[in-house]
Amino acid sequence: MATFDTQHPWALRESYLFPRPVIAEIQRAAREGIYDIRGFGAKRRLPHFDDLLFLGASISRYPLEGYRERCDTDVVLGTRFARRPLELAIPVTIAGMSFGALSAPAKEALGRGASEVGTCTTTGDGGMTPEEREHSKLLVYQLLPSRYGMNPDDLRKADAIEVVVGQGAKPGGGGMLLGHKISDRVAEMRDLPKGIDQRSACRHPDWTGPDDLEIKIGELRELTDWDKPVFVKIGATRTYYDVQLAVKAGADAIVLDGMQGGTAATQDVFIEHVGIPTLPAVRLAVDALQELDMHRRVQLIVSGGIRTGADVAKALALGADAVSIGTAALIAMGDNSPELDEEYRKIGSAAGFYDDWQAGRDPAGISTQDDDLAARFDPVVGGRRIANYLRVLTLEAQTLARACGKSHVHNLEPEDLVALTIEAAAMARVPLAGTDWIPGIDGSE
Amino acid sequence: MCGIVGLFAKSADIEESLGEHLAAMLSQMSDRGPDSAGVAVYREPAPTGSSKLTLFSADPLYDWDALCTDLAKAFGGAPEASVRASHAVVVVDAEASDAESWVRATHPELRVMSAGRAIEIYKETGRPEEFVRQFALGDFRGTHALGHTRMATESRVTTEGSHPFSTGLDLCLVHNGSLSNHNRLRERLRREGITFQTDNDTEVAAGYLAWRLRAGASLEEALEGCLDDLDGFYTFLVGTVDGFAVLRDSIACKPAVLAETDEWVAMASEWRAIAVLPGAAEAHAWEPAPAVVYAWERAKVA
Amino acid sequence: MAVEAVETAVEVVDLAVTPLRDLNGRLHSLAGGASGPRRWRIVNPNGAHAVACGTDAEIEIDIEGHVGYYCAGMNKLATVRVHGNAGPGLAENIVSGTVVVDGNASQSVAATGRGGLVVVHGDASARCGISMKGVDIVVRGSVGHLSAFMAQTGRLVVCGDAGDGLGDSIYEARLYVRGEVAGLGADCVEKELRDEHVTELRELLERAGIDGVEPSAFRRYGSARRLYNFHVDQAGEY
Repeated sequence: MATFDTQHPWALRESYLFPRPVIAEIQRAAREGIYDIRGFGAKRRLPHFDDLLFLGASISRYPLEGYRERCDTDVVLGTRFARRPLELAIPVTIAGMSFGALSAPAKEALGRGASEVGTCTTTGDGGMTPEEREHSKLLVYQLLPSRYGMNPDDLRKADAIEVVVGQGAKPGGGGMLLGHKISDRVAEMRDLPKGIDQRSACRHPDWTGPDDLEIKIGELRELTDWDKPVFVKIGATRTYYDVQLAVKAGADAIVLDGMQGGTAATQDVFIEHVGIPTLPAVRLAVDALQELDMHRRVQLIVSGGIRTGADVAKALALGADAVSIGTAALIAMGDNSPELDEEYRKIGSAAGFYDDWQAGRDPAGISTQDDDLAARFDPVVGGRRIANYLRVLTLEAQTLARACGKSHVHNLEPEDLVALTIEAAAMARVPLAGTDWIPGIDGSE
Repeated sequence: MCGIVGLFAKSADIEESLGEHLAAMLSQMSDRGPDSAGVAVYREPAPTGSSKLTLFSADPLYDWDALCTDLAKAFGGAPEASVRASHAVVVVDAEASDAESWVRATHPELRVMSAGRAIEIYKETGRPEEFVRQFALGDFRGTHALGHTRMATESRVTTEGSHPFSTGLDLCLVHNGSLSNHNRLRERLRREGITFQTDNDTEVAAGYLAWRLRAGASLEEALEGCLDDLDGFYTFLVGTVDGFAVLRDSIACKPAVLAETDEWVAMASEWRAIAVLPGAAEAHAWEPAPAVVYAWERAKVA
Repeated sequence: MAVEAVETAVEVVDLAVTPLRDLNGRLHSLAGGASGPRRWRIVNPNGAHAVACGTDAEIEIDIEGHVGYYCAGMNKLATVRVHGNAGPGLAENIVSGTVVVDGNASQSVAATGRGGLVVVHGDASARCGISMKGVDIVVRGSVGHLSAFMAQTGRLVVCGDAGDGLGDSIYEARLYVRGEVAGLGADCVEKELRDEHVTELRELLERAGIDGVEPSAFRRYGSARRLYNFHVDQAGEY
């Protein structure tokens, strides 16, 4: 029997507005009466670091030899006020992800890997677990609107404190953890009844606005005797103002999460339609810092779509002091691995597509609270994977930096970059390749 | 984001020392607002038929005497400029709206900070302590006053971006918070004939109040209108020729404290700005409820 | 002999001359049972923020005057008394110990508090006990709107009135109000006041040192538990 598409190609013309995934989602909404909640970050294509290229050395610039000629990667976070800023060997940190969103062995693996390579991990919306503190040589402790598990002992055990105003996946939204992931242990840590759908606040309970934030940061410093750096994390939206306000409120460092940043659970519409991409966000943040003469004095840590050493190098070239990885770290540990394809298919997905982190049925044992599933994940093996991946990110960034003649990755600058598209040129404020033109800048053409 | 203070005198003693108390209150709020400071003081009402303008010049060597000569030519009388730092107050033998229009038309190099019979608005970038000193705030006597210390959020730190904002005669507004629908509202108000000098959200709120008052609403009605027409987070303190009012939005996250004794009514973002007032320890103190207008009025100015 | 004298003497700190950092540093050095003054008197706080925050010692601190934000924030074990008014976030995230305010307290009293007791003899304003996680709060006067918002566990006792939105999105905390409640928040309902609740109230009032208030005059409020798991028919509540 002849198939439709050879006999009648016109009959199978898919709509741009209503392709099959959109049809499926509309019908799901009609059946279930609730928005689609999922994990992962924005899946749609957005202008990103891929649209930028490095200008490697040739005649006018000279490269550095690999290995012998050093290209350093160290960075210090929190030099502004803290007695003990964070000294990292590499400019890549592990982003905040909660125990609850992730299994205990997954958190342990992140700590092991980060520590092996000389960088830090970050707690999430559930508090600090003993395993994470034990396995992370450097641990950043988040202060979120929910304050689940928050206590002064953990605050003092931390190496830095991160006041979370928002995250890239859902700027203006709060945490979310669905009932099947509120296990006994999670419920106890969060002081919640087991099995409920956790609703988190989107604003902090005891401060609103930068004038109050300044007072709150003051309290955090007093609580910890001015020892530890205080970071402020924002999802990228009105980034220019937010960065200036965070500086005025007294932040030691700013963690900027572009809209591509991942989440364990939130509404799909939130992930895809709120916030600005990481690419313009970095530029705005650096502008804001430079205008206050605070660039490199208040450090900028960028996250949201960091996948390779090229992304790392480009973020640094645009002015970031460091980057942070979340989704990429989970993938490095085995999330969406092809070996698990059959398992993913059993739960309605497939390897390379799985984003139902909110459901807690992850066959990789990473985004689950189920003891049996979590037991599949070996934290020692996971830790080694993280360490390997972090090393590759660093080596790749160094390779690119050396090719541009830099002896420290921080010496990468915007002038080392060109853009492939007009949007990327405008957003990153680097010229379109082969031209001097930066859209929006007078005098360039 | 900011600090707000307000003082309304009920006794002659407090009127005498209004400036001194205002200065003390303002200094308590400098941490909340290090970028700029401003005050509106209601004092020495101009006689009937005349009005008072507060003018700002960016030029430290501005020739205020020449301006007074021009004013005398235009309106008669012998107006004198009372100069404090970059500002000057002139009493003009004309109605406030005429005097103001004349200045805008003939002296575009000046900024009209306020117009009316009793109001004087002073605002400047820089730290509040410096502001108090520059403007000799401690000297003022008056019936009521509002003050503001600013930490700029979404607009630039400029003199014109500072509070209080005045968009009507003897009217001013200070604001702590952040509006979320001011851009569309600004367009609507422009079509109604209200003009704006900045891109600041507070100026839109001030324009909204001026528009409602111009259309005949009472101060209370105009403020109640805010609850329907303004979106966002706000604590407002409003001054009129004989009044003083406070309003918080219905969520009321931004701080506000009110206190009252037989001698004064005071409002501030933090209690410590009120604690500097005489008799504060015995004052009746409370935090205004969300979406409720609190207003005080004195006997009409003669 | 000398050790005893130190332990009963009162250590006076004048915040008009001593930096706050010095005071808090000294209080923190008493953690883990370290020796030092057990009784402290702080004068001229003048609205300072974060006074006596992060104390972790069984000591007594009396503050003469009014404090700003976050007084006694994250308190452990200490008894802190403010003889004046307190700004927002009094005893925020308190873990244990007791914090008492003679006057009024501003927004977010005992926000996210995990344990211990917080007493306000005057009024507390909006968001009293917001996101509380085990603290007990007793207010002699009234509380403002959105009190006990997202309150997880612990107990709030209000001898006066409560503002609008009481207990909005409440979990398992127990609320007792003697006066008028301007309005209840989402999923918060009045519940039966049984003998065990009267006993609980009596004990809380006694611990708070509040006499002359009859426990049976209170009404009890708590979660209807309809919003614990999302159902499309409740979409209107959100």
